[in-house]
Parts: sequence; structure tokens; C-alpha cells
Amino acid sequence: MAGEDKKQQPFDSKAASSLVAELRGAFASGTTRSYQWRESQLRGLLRMTDEHEQDIVAALRSDLGKPELESVLYEAAMLRNSCKFALKELQRWMMPEKVKTSLTTFPSSAEIVSEPLGVVLIISAWNYPYLLSLDPVVGAIAAGNAVVLKPSEIAPATSALLAKLLGEYMDSSSIRVVEGAVPETTALLEQKWDKIFYTGNGRVGRIVMAAAAKHLTPVVLELGGKSPVVVDSGINLQIACRRIIVGKWGNNNGQACIASDYIITTKDLNELETFYGKNPLESKDLSRIVNSDHFTRLTKLLDEDKVSKKVVYGGERDPTKLQIAPTILLDVPRDSLIMNEEIFGPLLPILTVDKLEESFDIINSGAKPLAAYIFTNDKKLKEHFVNNVSAGGLVVNDTTVHLAVHALPFGGVGESGIGAYHGKFSFDAFSHKKAVVYRSFMGDAAIRYPPYTNGKLRLMKALLGGSILGILRALFGRS
Amino acid sequence: METRGDFEVQLEGMREYYRGGNTRGASWRKSQLRGLGRLLEEREAEMNAALEFDLGKHPVESYRDEIGSLIKSVNYALGCLKGWMSAEKAKLPLAAVLTTAEIIPEPLGLVLIISSWNFPFGLSLEPLIGALAAGNVVVLKPSEVAPRCSSLLANVLPAYLDPKAVKVVEGGPTISEQLIQQKWDKILFTGSARVGRMVMAAAANHLTPVTLELGGKCPAVLDSLSNSWVREVAVQRILGSKFSACAGQACIAIDYVLVETKFSSTLLELMKVWISKMLGENPRESRSMARIVNKNHFFRLKTLLEDPNVKASIVYGGSMDENSLFIEPTILLDPPLESGLMQDEIFGPLLPIITLKKIEDSINFINSRPKPLAIYVFTHNDSLRKRMVAETSSGSVTFNDAMVQYVADTLPFGGIGESGMGNYHGKFSFDTFSHHKAVVRRSFLVDFWFRFPPWNDHKLQLFRSMYLFDYLGVLLTVLGLKKSKQD
Repeated sequence: MAGEDKKQQPFDSKAASSLVAELRGAFASGTTRSYQWRESQLRGLLRMTDEHEQDIVAALRSDLGKPELESVLYEAAMLRNSCKFALKELQRWMMPEKVKTSLTTFPSSAEIVSEPLGVVLIISAWNYPYLLSLDPVVGAIAAGNAVVLKPSEIAPATSALLAKLLGEYMDSSSIRVVEGAVPETTALLEQKWDKIFYTGNGRVGRIVMAAAAKHLTPVVLELGGKSPVVVDSGINLQIACRRIIVGKWGNNNGQACIASDYIITTKDLNELETFYGKNPLESKDLSRIVNSDHFTRLTKLLDEDKVSKKVVYGGERDPTKLQIAPTILLDVPRDSLIMNEEIFGPLLPILTVDKLEESFDIINSGAKPLAAYIFTNDKKLKEHFVNNVSAGGLVVNDTTVHLAVHALPFGGVGESGIGAYHGKFSFDAFSHKKAVVYRSFMGDAAIRYPPYTNGKLRLMKALLGGSILGILRALFGRS
Repeated sequence: METRGDFEVQLEGMREYYRGGNTRGASWRKSQLRGLGRLLEEREAEMNAALEFDLGKHPVESYRDEIGSLIKSVNYALGCLKGWMSAEKAKLPLAAVLTTAEIIPEPLGLVLIISSWNFPFGLSLEPLIGALAAGNVVVLKPSEVAPRCSSLLANVLPAYLDPKAVKVVEGGPTISEQLIQQKWDKILFTGSARVGRMVMAAAANHLTPVTLELGGKCPAVLDSLSNSWVREVAVQRILGSKFSACAGQACIAIDYVLVETKFSSTLLELMKVWISKMLGENPRESRSMARIVNKNHFFRLKTLLEDPNVKASIVYGGSMDENSLFIEPTILLDPPLESGLMQDEIFGPLLPIITLKKIEDSINFINSRPKPLAIYVFTHNDSLRKRMVAETSSGSVTFNDAMVQYVADTLPFGGIGESGMGNYHGKFSFDTFSHHKAVVRRSFLVDFWFRFPPWNDHKLQLFRSMYLFDYLGVLLTVLGLKKSKQD
């Protein structure tokens, strides 16, 4: 079969370049621009997710040992919601936005037209491989683009499933999947795209942006960081702990970009650990570590001398099953490995400070994270946190929930990323906002142009100043 | 000359100042904007003198394109600042009981603005307005190719703005190269695509977001127009948007004109008449046209005309004076499309007229070339208008005029593809220098118990209903009246 032949040949620069050329042809034919096409493709994604939910769950279990509920909730249901929201809003998003014009361009009318960028590349991650591949695709399709999706090879079952399903359900003249690892990604990155959307880490993010720079291709980079949780006293500790627990270990066992990375609290809150003890997690409810590289990385963080004695809960690991138990560490040194890279795993260090305000300095002294969380009832502390901690997104008294709010832009700042998406922000991320001005032939023809005179200057000053009186004065020779 | 070490110390000082929260409050931002307003009012004469020295611009042209436009932008920003700074509430579904969500704009931190030489004040200060309104600290690098303007900025800005928050760094390519290697929270660059690539590549090392305002060949499509009066207005607007815009050295100047063959001779005659009306017999003396900025560009333009096939297509003008760096308004009829003149952005007072059989052919003509910063279309034809908007891609499209999009505060000003990425002007300036931070506030009071493990089918069913915002379904499941899919 043609599809299988293609698989045997290596996907090199030549293949990448002819793929792009093919999609450019499809885009130029106008196929992807109509409302009907965009709507049909979004419905295709929806049907695909509905009809193959069990296959998706199976692939995620194979790749990550992900519990069924997490797969259904955080991947399938969220993707479905994304499709539905886009379908509901698409017509409105596609409409040009009329804008007011002022005296400076009178008489005129103007609008901002959203147009597709063209042919876009989406490179996805391994931890939520279904959602993080298709959520950006929803935006790209809604905005009328042709798309190449490169799923992560570190989640191979999902990658293969996506290649198969998208081939069946989507218009393959304009939507394609390229599977593979570094060589294939490199071949893709050499091409000229109209946008590149990358989810992953900062090291590769830099490579993507450098490749994009050669072609002046704009990028969205959804990266990560160390998302801190500041915990105050005088709060409902049980609820706070539950929310922290589910946001950490309930999210792919901590392998999530917005999972709580570490906790900062004041010394009087040692009880925090006992609450964790009281909330045992069954092992089948937890994802395993994705592969042995990451397993080794995480055990190295745990076994570092400065840190190994600080484990107060958990610490068990099983290399054969790539499982690490939920682990809490107390008072790790700030210069330890575990405090200097994104953990992306089930280890939760707790730092203690004398006064909670110090936590803001700690957070701000590091790279800006993708998310930051605070649990407090103190209004002043809340506002201080919101106004002074810079991160992609903030949540007060919970963790990770902002991900599900369509009306909020989801993205990082500084090291945690460039650009944002979700809801209309996805549509915008894959659109060009084109300014269109309609001028009449009547108006100011003469005064703008030479020969230049003082009278013209006066009138121009008045027009740019926007004051009717000024204009009248200038017209009638006074200033 | 500062050493790299000194310079890095200065930058760290600026970051400290920013971290101290000094630039966050509305009153600081307003004071900076008012400072700029006063600068524009008080230093108009010096700015005009600098523009005349560097570019031979007439004060009216300087006011129209730079000073006046900046005054407008400062006032607009002052008027809108409160609204721009305020958080925007985000709509939440009913299920999100006792939860609020909003988007809060915050400054990015330490930003770099690299400006260009053709509108040295406008392209330095227009971005600066946005950066300051958004609460950042700023390093501004004006172009050394307009040296008088650059040094005026370096001298006066500290007197009108907070010197701890705004620094001007003068210098040439070496300084620019050093600057872009630093870690910035944002870079806004105006200039060529070649240098734009270098800026973005350097920014990639630090994951610094960039706005690149580049250029391209902006076409003017001239359809048949109904009467002679309208034709004359169109011709004046076309000529003005070439020869009167820094002698064509402008990213949004008309680069070339597309017209149907049968109208080309009428067009040519009209142009000749109006050039002499607008620019006079001696445009150099009257300063109704700027001069070429320096010898480099002068020779670049001279070389474009030396191609014999190009030279043969000159139908008006063509004379050049190296001493005064002046090139008179020049029109060419159908120069070869593979010539340098028709391949590269002209950026000078040479106006090619390209003839087509049908005006609709202009769409393919434009689409077979890199996406320009602007497309200008002079037409009464509604269907041509619609096709132009739908079938071409550019930073902007303007009908029946040119360049005016620059002064519209409500329109994003920026390119696409080779002509750039990102945009600014008006609120877009504020946004381009801001991070839009998502903030969700939850109550301790309400939670959905099924959020937490241990997991079971019952909880799964509840979630299925929740995500569909099927409140009835949730109720029924809780009451045990609705079974999960698995049952």
C-alpha cells in the first residue's frame, strides 16, 4: 500500500520539502479557507475522539501507564471540549472586526481581517501526547491552515495511533502526520513554514526558534519551568493538600508542565506531610515514568547526597516497571539538582522560609515558570502574589485548573515560553490579523503633499490633534 | 566607548530598577508619556533640523510623518492607559462556582528597541511609547545611519524621561551585534529582513520574543477610475506615497504600480503633470523631496538604473547628483521583471509602472512574490476589492489611498512572512510589550469531590457530564439515576 511504502523510506530533507510543497499547493487552492472545510475537519476530530476513545486509552496506557480516568478526562474530554468550543465560535472568530477610525484618516472605515497563515508545523510532547498534539491542530484548522503534525516519538503508541486515525478521519490533502525522532524533526525544521507551534522543553525550544529565524517564521513555544506552590497558614489544609496532590500526582504522576514542582511554606507547617500520609494513592491510579532516561534522571535527583536524607515520604522506586512512588522531601538545599531543573516527576520538595513574603523573592529570582500557585486566605498576600509574581498563569487556592478555562490564554513568559493558545487564542495564534482600510477619494488630498506651506502645516497639526476647533481655525487662516 | 562589562553592569542596574517596582504604577508611566509629549513640543525645531541634516526632509514632511504622528500617539496612549492596564475578566462556565478568572497585563521587563534611519524619530519613539505605557525599562538603539537624529535622541531623552529606566545606546553594527547577544525580555526591531533574521536568531538563544518590522515591495494597483477628478486624486496619493515619503525610502511607500496597459499612457501623463505641480521645478531646493540618506544607498540605487534594460525603460527623470545625494523623481515603464529594480525593495525615488492585460492579473502578480508590508488598491470595483482582501496576503490593505494606515491608532501595524512578525501602534504597542497573565481565583468552599483519586467509574461518569456542562447529567449521576457508559 502507498502508505506503507512511504514508511520504509527515510523522511529526509527532500521528503520534507516535497511535503511542504504539496501542502502549499493544497493551501493555495483555497481548500482550507472555507467555513465548511474547517467545520468538517473539526467534526472529524470530534468523531475520531468519540469513536476511538478506547484505542486512545490503550495507547496512553502503553506509552505512559496512564490511568483510564486521566486519559479520558485530561486528554479525550479536553480535546472534545476544544473542538466543540471552536465549532460553536468559529463563525464569529472568522468575521472581520470593525474598528473605529478617527479624524486622522477621515473619511474612512477600517477592519481587522483574520486570515490563515498558510502551512503550519505542530510539534507535540510525550506527556499528554493526544491532547498536546490535537489541541493546537484544532486552532490551526479553525484558522484555515494546512497542517503537519509531528507527534513525540517518546510516546510511540499514541504517535502511531494519531498517524492512523488522522489519515482516516481528516482531509489528507491538507492535514498530515510525520512520525519520527530527531532526524525527521530536523528535516521538518529546515523547511519554510508559516508558523511553528512547539510544546516541549527550553533546550529544544531554542533549536526550534533558531531554525524558524532562518525563514522569519513566527513561533509559539509552550515550554515549562518550576511551578511553585506557596502555602500559607490559616487555610483549610485538607482541601489545599488534596488540590495539590491531584495537581501533582493526579497529573501523569507529576510529568506535566503545570504540575506543582515544589512547595514553599513557613516552618510551622510540618503537618503538611502528615496530610499526604493520610491520602494514600493506589498504584494503578498513577502513570509510570515514561522511559528509562527520565527514570534515571529522576533517581539521580533523589539520590544526590545533599538531598537523599531529606525524603520524608515515599522514595520507593521500581526500575523494571519504571515506577517511582509519590515522594516528598523537606528542606532541600536551594543549590541541589532537584531545585535547579524542572522535576517533571513524582518528587515534591518542600522549602521552608521564615516569612511567607520571602517566597516571592525565591520565585522571582529564578526563571519565570509556566504557572505559580498560592494557597492563602490573606487578601493582601493574594494581591501581592498576583501583582508581583510573573508566570504564564496564576491560580489562587488551587493548582492547574486554569488549563481548562477556554477564555484564558495558556502560555508561558520568559523561559516558560512565547505566545499562548486555547479557545480563541488558538485561532489567533494561527491567524494573521490583517488591517484593511477603506478610504474615500474625497478628503485631504492636497494638504498632505508638497508643495509644503505653513497653511498646510497648521491644518495638519490641527487634524493630527483631532480637535474640530483647531481644524476650523486652521482652515480659516488663524492658529 | 563603554566596555562590554560596563554595559552589562548598566543592564543589570536597569533590571534591578525594574524589579524594584519603580515602573509599574500608572503615575510613573503617565509621567514618561507626558515627558515624551513635552519633548515633542519643545524640541520640534531641533528635531526638524536633525531630519533636515540627515535626510534633507522638509519640516512639514517631518511633522506629518514623525512629530505630529508621535504627538497623536502619546495623547492616545495617555487617554487609554487606564483601560489598557486594567485586568480583563474572562468568562467562566456555570460549573466554575465561586471562581473568578481574569487576564492581567504585566510588563515584560527589560526591552530592546532597534530603530531605523528613515523615520529616525518615529520608529524610535512610537515603540518607546508602547514599552513605557506597558511599564518596562527600555534600551533604545537608534540608527547610526541618521547620526544627527541619533545623537539628539541620546542627548534629550534623559532630560525628559526617567534615566534609570530609559537608556539610549548609539553605535553601528558592532554595537547592535553586542546588544542582541544580551538577554532581553523583548526585542522590537525595525529594519531589513536580512538583519531581522540575525536578531531573531540571537533572540532564540534566550527565548526572547521578538516583533520584527521589516519591508518588502508594496504594490499599488490602479484600476480604471470613473472620472478625471478621481484619477487626479489617485495620482496625487500615489506620487505622494512615493516621492514625498522620505523620497521613497519608507517601508510602506509605494514600491511599484500595476495598471492596465490601455491606461498606462494616461497615467504617465498625469504623473508628469502632478510631479511638477507637487514637487516644483527644483525639488531639491524646495526640499519637497528628501535626499538619499548616504553614499551606500545612493550607489545602490544608481546601480539599479545602470542595467541597460532598466535604463531603457526610464520615461521620466533619471538624473542623479552624487554631491547632494539627490535623485530626481524617476518613472520607468515596464522595466524587466528579473532586474534588481523589480526583485529587491527599491527604497528610493524610482517608480516602475508595470502594465497588465487585465487588472485582475495583479492578484497573481502580487501572490507570486514575497508577502509585502502593505498593498494599495485604487478602485471602485467592489468585486475586485473583495478579491484583493480574500486572495492576497500582506501586513495591511488600503483602498484608494496609501500609507494612511500608519496613523490609525486602532489598526495593528506589522508585516507577515518576509515583511515581518508581530505588530504595534495604539493598544497593539501596549500589548506587544506586555505579558497577558491568566489568573484564576478559587474558593475553599466548593469542590467537586470526584476530582480526586481513588478513581472509579462513578467519578468518571460525573466528569463526562461535567465536561459537557451537562448539569442535569451531573445531577442524575449523583442521584444514581444515570449509569456510566461502562455499565
